[in-house]
Amino acid sequence: MTRFLVRRISLIVVTLLVVSTAIFAITEILPGDVAQMVMGQGATEQNLKHIRETLGLDRPAPVRYLDWIGGVVRGDMGHSFVQKIPVTEVIEPRLANSLILAAFAFLVAVPSAVAIGVWMGVRQGSKTDHAVSVGSLVAISLPEFVTGVLLIIVFSSFLGWLPSSSAILPGTSPLTRPLILVLPTLTLTGVLFAYIMRMTRANVIEVLNTQYVRTAVLKGLPMRRVLLRHVVPNAMLPTISVIAVNMGWMLGGLIIVENVFAYPGLGQLLLTAINTRDVPLLQTLALIIAGTYALSNLVADLSYGALDPRIRLT
Amino acid sequence: MQLGPLDAATSIASALLRALASLVRLALRTPAGRIGLPLVVLHVVLALFGQALAPYPPTQFHIEDHQLEGPSLQFLLGTDQFGRDVLSRVMSGATSLISVAAAGALLGIALGTVVGMSSGYKGGRTDEVVMRVMDAMMSFPSLLIALLVLTSLGPNPINIAGTIGIVFIAPVARVMRSSTLAVKSLEFVDAARLRGEPNVYIIFREILPNTLPVLAVEASVRFSYSILLVASLGFLGLGVQPPSSDWGLMISESRIFITGAPWVALAPAAAVASLVIGVNLLADGIKQARELPKREA
Repeated sequence: MTRFLVRRISLIVVTLLVVSTAIFAITEILPGDVAQMVMGQGATEQNLKHIRETLGLDRPAPVRYLDWIGGVVRGDMGHSFVQKIPVTEVIEPRLANSLILAAFAFLVAVPSAVAIGVWMGVRQGSKTDHAVSVGSLVAISLPEFVTGVLLIIVFSSFLGWLPSSSAILPGTSPLTRPLILVLPTLTLTGVLFAYIMRMTRANVIEVLNTQYVRTAVLKGLPMRRVLLRHVVPNAMLPTISVIAVNMGWMLGGLIIVENVFAYPGLGQLLLTAINTRDVPLLQTLALIIAGTYALSNLVADLSYGALDPRIRLT
Repeated sequence: MQLGPLDAATSIASALLRALASLVRLALRTPAGRIGLPLVVLHVVLALFGQALAPYPPTQFHIEDHQLEGPSLQFLLGTDQFGRDVLSRVMSGATSLISVAAAGALLGIALGTVVGMSSGYKGGRTDEVVMRVMDAMMSFPSLLIALLVLTSLGPNPINIAGTIGIVFIAPVARVMRSSTLAVKSLEFVDAARLRGEPNVYIIFREILPNTLPVLAVEASVRFSYSILLVASLGFLGLGVQPPSSDWGLMISESRIFITGAPWVALAPAAAVASLVIGVNLLADGIKQARELPKREA
């Protein structure tokens, strides 16, 4: 177990190193001059040279990379080129906003998807089951920006119940205006719910056909007990890996959803960083996303072992 | 029998064509496929002839008198902020989206198949190394890779398709590797090896045909992901550049006046939705049909 953890965590570190090198290489060939971006069109050659020196852009790329990595290890992510404050300060409030959105989506999607998945698995082949299957397929099919826009049209344009934009003043928490969270959460939930529900349903159907469930039913256990003791724990196993894989999807989804609703989170910050060529900010954001993704996969593997004692993590 | 890279390419191409034909036959056996196939065919027709069939040129302005008009007999789906006909723009937007998405998916499927099958067939240390590289490639959300690569290289159709192709190598390679492992221990593969056939021949003429059902399902999944990716990139402004019409970009631009003129967003949203739903229903139909007992034809 310890060996497993050590190996997996060192693998994550290696992945992050590779990712950071790749990001650095990509940002190196980004078109557009950072100094020009910072100073605007009217900058003189003298000004540009000065800016490059203060930002340290006159040094060769490998030196800058090692310098950056050294800082990251010590917890210093560098300064944002554009906002001139430490990257950590730029990211902190945005990270909190994104986490709030992601947490809401998870809290809504996961329990309801598992519950409905189990129910549909038990009622396999019924009319409700068919209707839910078609509905979930539609939900998976729609890209987040289409779902988001459709929700805006229905709930903002026609019904006028909810705001169409989730923009908030910097420094305020989205929790103070919960209404703006409803549509982004619903949009993110759609795909997540559909994936987890379909997976749970398929697994429940598979487990229902096993010998041990037959035995449990035949020895006269009440159906509720068969489901809770025998079916659900065994059906949850593959579902958990789907939930973890969906973390990656959700990070991509956040980029889109935050931009649909102008919600000030990491995804929106990422696009801003790309558009303004704010390299230190971009690198840190990419590392956060890759790190979260890798960690969620590790959590999935660990919970696998916890749920099924037959699986030995080596 | 000697086989060069050209033969490998033609055998992959013919395998893909055969896969496509069997896809259609399989799809028509389930209700999902019977709804999905016409939707997909409709979009392919739009992609081929949409621009020619459109009532107005997609970039024609009617600024003076028809800005943001609701649906009418003159403009069936209304007009946008420049007075352009929304129907015509939607109809001519299919070409770029579908061709770029298809090119990207095909590239990814072809490369992933070659990588996955060779790695699985070779086995041993090579296989171990290749699969770790694939794992590393998959440890990053594909939208983020596409965003970074396209902002640095510039969003033109070739770069978009190329990026999608590269992003898709790892997932396709994983699937094709595991089905290669299942097939390679079968007797006819041993027979071919004992006959002294070269590896390329064994991989593409002996193993590949036996993995076609798996490849078919994987291919249909990749097509729908590819469309989602291209449409999402368009929405983020990294798709086909204006003034050509791009469904994602149309939706993105329409957000400013979405409360007053929802039809401008609704039409391209419905177009993207029906395309992806069609592809997914088709894929689902094929998957279900494979699980049905084989019918005598």
